[in-house]
Amino acid sequence: MSPALPRLLLVWLALLLLLAATLGAAFLPLGPAKPWIGYSIAAAKAGLVLWFFMDMRREGGLMRLATGAALLWIAFLLCLVAADYLTRSRPAGAGEPGATNAGEPL
Amino acid sequence: MAEQRELHEPFHQPERQAEADRLGMLVFLGSEAMLFGGIFAAALALRFLHPQEFVSASSHMKLWHGTLNTAVLLTSSLMAAIAVEAARSGRRRSAGRALWGAVASALVFLAVKAHEYWLEYREGVIPGLPNAHFTSGFEQLFMNLYFAATGLHALHLVVGMVLLGIAAINRRAREDRRAVLIGNVALYWHLVDLVWIFLYPTIYLAGAGE
Repeated sequence: MSPALPRLLLVWLALLLLLAATLGAAFLPLGPAKPWIGYSIAAAKAGLVLWFFMDMRREGGLMRLATGAALLWIAFLLCLVAADYLTRSRPAGAGEPGATNAGEPL
Repeated sequence: MAEQRELHEPFHQPERQAEADRLGMLVFLGSEAMLFGGIFAAALALRFLHPQEFVSASSHMKLWHGTLNTAVLLTSSLMAAIAVEAARSGRRRSAGRALWGAVASALVFLAVKAHEYWLEYREGVIPGLPNAHFTSGFEQLFMNLYFAATGLHALHLVVGMVLLGIAAINRRAREDRRAVLIGNVALYWHLVDLVWIFLYPTIYLAGAGE
């Protein structure tokens, strides 16, 4: 048995526990925090996959830079999309439950 | 001598060549991540514009299919990581078994996904089909996003599965202690897993418990 096997199995177990946690949290009445918790757990899972399964923990600076650059540009993309839609002027009453005109440009 | 034959210009050392191969794969995967980034950006915009409708449309998704497939993909990523470790430590049989295990997991994922699509076909929620009927315009928009996202992901999964199979039957790949081919195929496979890790809360969890 490879000495790396127990570590990989442990990471896999942690990933499954995080999956159970995110599934359980989705059924809790957490209100607006719900997506934040869901995506935080997804980010934790992605971190484990990147660090252990994709072996970023053993890579040098060049490989980490290439991977980090991709993540950085996706972060820019999502932040700028959010900056657009979250700062649009809204007519009174928009954004309330059931409203469909939220975010429409005036 | 075998290593000398495998060297390509401009490399004079196998280590440097293997490093360049890996860097090239990571840069390519970065471009793949951008492709899926567009889909996540579209999902984000839809959710900002129609928060209630997004949650409502997501609540009709097959949560247990999505959850099972998440577990299947996480397990397949484990298999791919085991294959790389096995190849690097010279255990080519173990590497082959782990790669076939990852292929089997991919087939399970596709079977679950196909069943999910079949149920959605029977419900008439596949946009563009003659039997399609939606409760609202937004639901159709959400289903467009769902099929674009999961369809593109499934396409990548099939490509990754073929690559895993090619690595599994390639004796030289399994005997390569640097695990260049197996390592790069495994990187691709982990990206398929990473994309699904974020599709799961976007599509399935948003409406869970509603």
